[in-house]
Amino acid sequence: MAKITMREAISQALWEEMERDESVFIMGEEVGIWGGTYAVTRGFYDHFGEKRVRDTPIAEMVIVGAANGAAMAGLRPVAELMTINFAFVAMDQIVNQAAKLRSMFGGQFTLPLVIRTVGGGGRQLAATHSQTPDAVFAHFPGLKVVAPGTPHDAKGLLKSAIRSDDPIMFIENATLYQVRGEVPEEDYLEPIGVSKVQRAGDDVTIITYSKMLQYSLDAAEELAKDGIEAEIVDLRTLRPLDMKPVIDSFKRTNRAVIVEEGWRSYGVGAEVAARLYEEAFDYIDAPIRRVAQKEVPLPYNQALEQEALPQREDIIEAVKGIV
Amino acid sequence: MDKENMLDLFREMVLIRHLEERAAELYQEGKIGGFLHLYIGQEAVASGIIAAREPRDRILTAYRDHGVAIAAGIEAKVVMAELLGKKTGTSHGFGGSMHMADVDKNYWGGHAIVGSHLPFAAGMAFADQYREEDNVTICFFGDGATNIGFFHEALNLSAVWDLPVLWVCENNQYGMGTAVKRASALEEIHKKADGYGIPNSRVEGMDVMKVYEAARDAIEHVRNEGPYFLEIMTYRYEGHSMGDPERYRSKEEVGQWEENDPVGIFRTFLLDGGHAGEDELNRLEEGVIDEIQEAVKFAEESPEPTWEDLINTVYVEEYRDEQWPR
Ligand SMILES: Cc1ncc(C[n+]2csc(CCOP(=O)(O)OP(=O)(O)O)c2C)c(N)n1
Ligand SMILES: [Mg+2]
Repeated sequence: MAKITMREAISQALWEEMERDESVFIMGEEVGIWGGTYAVTRGFYDHFGEKRVRDTPIAEMVIVGAANGAAMAGLRPVAELMTINFAFVAMDQIVNQAAKLRSMFGGQFTLPLVIRTVGGGGRQLAATHSQTPDAVFAHFPGLKVVAPGTPHDAKGLLKSAIRSDDPIMFIENATLYQVRGEVPEEDYLEPIGVSKVQRAGDDVTIITYSKMLQYSLDAAEELAKDGIEAEIVDLRTLRPLDMKPVIDSFKRTNRAVIVEEGWRSYGVGAEVAARLYEEAFDYIDAPIRRVAQKEVPLPYNQALEQEALPQREDIIEAVKGIV
Repeated sequence: MDKENMLDLFREMVLIRHLEERAAELYQEGKIGGFLHLYIGQEAVASGIIAAREPRDRILTAYRDHGVAIAAGIEAKVVMAELLGKKTGTSHGFGGSMHMADVDKNYWGGHAIVGSHLPFAAGMAFADQYREEDNVTICFFGDGATNIGFFHEALNLSAVWDLPVLWVCENNQYGMGTAVKRASALEEIHKKADGYGIPNSRVEGMDVMKVYEAARDAIEHVRNEGPYFLEIMTYRYEGHSMGDPERYRSKEEVGQWEENDPVGIFRTFLLDGGHAGEDELNRLEEGVIDEIQEAVKFAEESPEPTWEDLINTVYVEEYRDEQWPR
């Protein structure tokens, strides 16, 4: 198996699906001639042409809105929002429209839409450009929210997302594009809505996803030095939330730490913890801990930004507090 | 337009009028819930425009959508069933008054967030262009919708990408209670299209034949040359929605517009032009009254949608979460 970067994995998924299916096209700001703000679609414009690689005006409402219309009309748009922060400008089209259109019209049509976007902090871009609001989107029934943490999953999940007939937010993380991982040479898919154990262990269950998966893996190596074996369950999809592997693991470890990059209140950790209380109450041996972003608008100042973001040490500390 | 088509068009406008009047009654009786926006006074717009489309041309509109639904060829009983929230309605009872669609008739709704459907229209037209199909997408919206961002983003994109969209602004003079001049920097709304290089015109909207002729030319233009913008001058006789106290306009003003009733104007046109006799038109109207009665009966006797029906509309594919949709 070849080791490739997250960027390459995502790019390959897009490329292969466009080769496979003429109805797939990409649209967004700077996806074409520029080659994608994060260089994910470099070479696409020359290969697939202007018809299928559509540079758009800086107009998020109509990027998602026209993608909604194109999907209703039977195409399979992959609409790119340059960063997830700009998704708020298109909020109506995402949560009022994409999430609801099919149901509200009685299921008359499908909405095979993928919104590709990227979030995450830690790059000194200050408050408006550093958010991780994944849980916001996961709140809405009708959407699916996918946020992979490895190149393997990114490729397999994006390919599934493009083939899916449901509207999907596909959330990447800006600091993961250089992360390398093994990716099969042959065509493969990863199922949407299926959590995955990324590391086995018996002492504590760490539930996480996206960039925090990488942090959790690092933290787990540190913990292992102290004889603590953490099992890591990668949610990979926030909606649907597949709790089965989480609960199975928790029933063995009886301890859980939930790690997310976004803010704590009303977040992924809150949801997962509530589900554990509901479905595995008898197995709880210690308080369920959350590691998350401190609740401030992220500052430009590097030290303070890192202070606010969850760190590997926070994960280690949270685990040590309950084992 | 030949005589038969004119009489069909007349019948359709009368059907919309009666359907809306009956809907108002059913609302008062508590049989229709939610918001109800009536199309009375604006019949000539939907009827005139849609008479000029080919079946392959797509239609979208806002929440004032029953008249457009009828003009798009949806049966009155199916509209009525949706108003009553029944499974046999356009949207199986999940959309209600504001969200009617019938994809088989190329009628894509019925959208209640002001302006939100204009981007859809651009995207649908893009899909047709992408597949090299020469369909036109006809997108209706109100005067008020021309002040929201969606409008500007969608018009701009339609021009930049040369999309086959006919933009149809139904200028009924008010967005809820706000007169056009109090909300729009330009009172001649069609001139907003100039800002995007989209050819445009303003048309008298109480005369269905004038609307039809303008639409025919505009659709021709869109099919061959790209987007076009029509501003249709019209007026709604009823409140914005049920229960509107109408403090923003006078009875005299409404009365003046009622003298230009689109149904009355067309009736006179048909009679004076020798296209039809009084008896013929009266018979058509009686047929409409029967049809509405049957539509209400059909709707009342139709089954309610089930919880299962609802769940099946939310996702197409497997949804692995034992708690959902609890
Ligand atoms: C984004 C949004 N803001 C506000 C409303 C509430 N609202 C519903 S209809 C309406 C007026 C729209 O006027 P216009 O576009 O002229 O259409 P008309 O009702 O006259 O047909 C408003 C403000 C809404 N539905 N959506
Ligand atoms: Mg209006």
